[in-house]
Amino acid sequence: MIEVKNIHKNFGDLHVLKGIDLTVKKGEVVCVIGASGSGKSTLLYCINGLEKIQKGEVFVNGVSVHAKGTDINKLRQNLGMVFQQWNSFPHLTALENVALSPRIVKKMSKKEANETAKKQLIHVGLEDKLNVYPSALSGGQQQRLAIARALAMDPEYMLFDEATSALDPELVGEVLDTMRLLAKEGMTMICVTHEMSFARDVSDRVAYFHEGVMEEIGPPEQIFGKNPKSENTKKFLTNIR
Amino acid sequence: MEYTFQWRPVMRQLPDLLEAGFMTLQVSILAMILGTVIGLALALVRMNAPWQVRWLATTWIEVARNTPALFQLFFFGFGLGAFGINLSPFVIVLSGLTFNTAGYLAENFRGGFQAIPDTQLKAARSLGMSASQSYIRIIIPQVFRIIYHPMTNQMVWVVLMSSLGMLVGFRELTGETQFFASRTFRIFEYFMVTAIIYYFIVKIILGLSKLIAWRLFRY
Repeated sequence: MIEVKNIHKNFGDLHVLKGIDLTVKKGEVVCVIGASGSGKSTLLYCINGLEKIQKGEVFVNGVSVHAKGTDINKLRQNLGMVFQQWNSFPHLTALENVALSPRIVKKMSKKEANETAKKQLIHVGLEDKLNVYPSALSGGQQQRLAIARALAMDPEYMLFDEATSALDPELVGEVLDTMRLLAKEGMTMICVTHEMSFARDVSDRVAYFHEGVMEEIGPPEQIFGKNPKSENTKKFLTNIR
Repeated sequence: MEYTFQWRPVMRQLPDLLEAGFMTLQVSILAMILGTVIGLALALVRMNAPWQVRWLATTWIEVARNTPALFQLFFFGFGLGAFGINLSPFVIVLSGLTFNTAGYLAENFRGGFQAIPDTQLKAARSLGMSASQSYIRIIIPQVFRIIYHPMTNQMVWVVLMSSLGMLVGFRELTGETQFFASRTFRIFEYFMVTAIIYYFIVKIILGLSKLIAWRLFRY
């Protein structure tokens, strides 16, 4: 279970998150929508400790992410993250990209790590690209590589930070399909996304962020239905339609 | 005034010159290796350390880049000598070249680090890698690729700069040449041959550099 409790985040004078509460149970898929700058991505960074918070607490399986004694490297193994800029490691082949952290973080043998990596690359449909460098992959393939890389650590949770917004339109589908597949397999996911139809289809709950506040959270029927509770949600959804 | 070329004395000393050339290469390669390690450390300190340590790195880099290399050599020779620390000519030249090279490479490294998007570090950390694992496995290999050609330039520069060793009594290629030239007065001939030896040393370095790049950077 991921528990976000009243977290506040400032970048200098900019108050990006203004007291967010969110609980995500195992097996749940939560999509976070909202305008750029509303704090959605920052929320993910605060959940896995890539950004510090000024107030509040985040718990992952009961362990406080921002507490002093927490082994953050261990905790992050359980929280796969996929970024907007796919961030494949350009100097490593696809297989090496995926096998590296199982080997050096989880201390698997090279053989074991390679097998894990291969399994995950097959999982995301890159079985014919094992020994290819990222520069020879399309954006969509690189993003699927990033997904496989995160999955290779065998996380319980996956965080997706606008995984498709930097992709050419024709490549979005393959990445969303991979994410759908994960959701179907029961992965617990928090997806920051601008893909409304994806959010509607896949989510158990959808959260709408507005200027650092979670305006509304509820099942997709509520958010995307005729009458979302918040006026801002309604306005946002009307504008993007 | 007539000047007749006499190449025979030079050719007689050619084995000595080549041996001195090997000395030049030796001190240059050592200075480059040490300079790379220290330069990397200086760059990391300058970018990440608190100011109490950072000023040391900054001062090193500033002095190395903004004063003549010759003065830096003199510092390790006559400067330290004045305090009773007498280093051998080899160590003086090695120290001076390393000091200078570390300063220049530190700035190259800094540029290299800045050229890598900070999301690479975030991605590595998000996989559970520690900060040092992320740097060693993900960031630094990419930095080396970026600054590889500037580093090759620096290596060439070190070889040519090592000729200053003559002025602190080091018998590297130029020192050796000067020694024989002044004994025989065939100054032009000696320096002509030495220039050619320098040329080939540099050519060999550039060739090796290409070979290493081809082997290392497959992406």
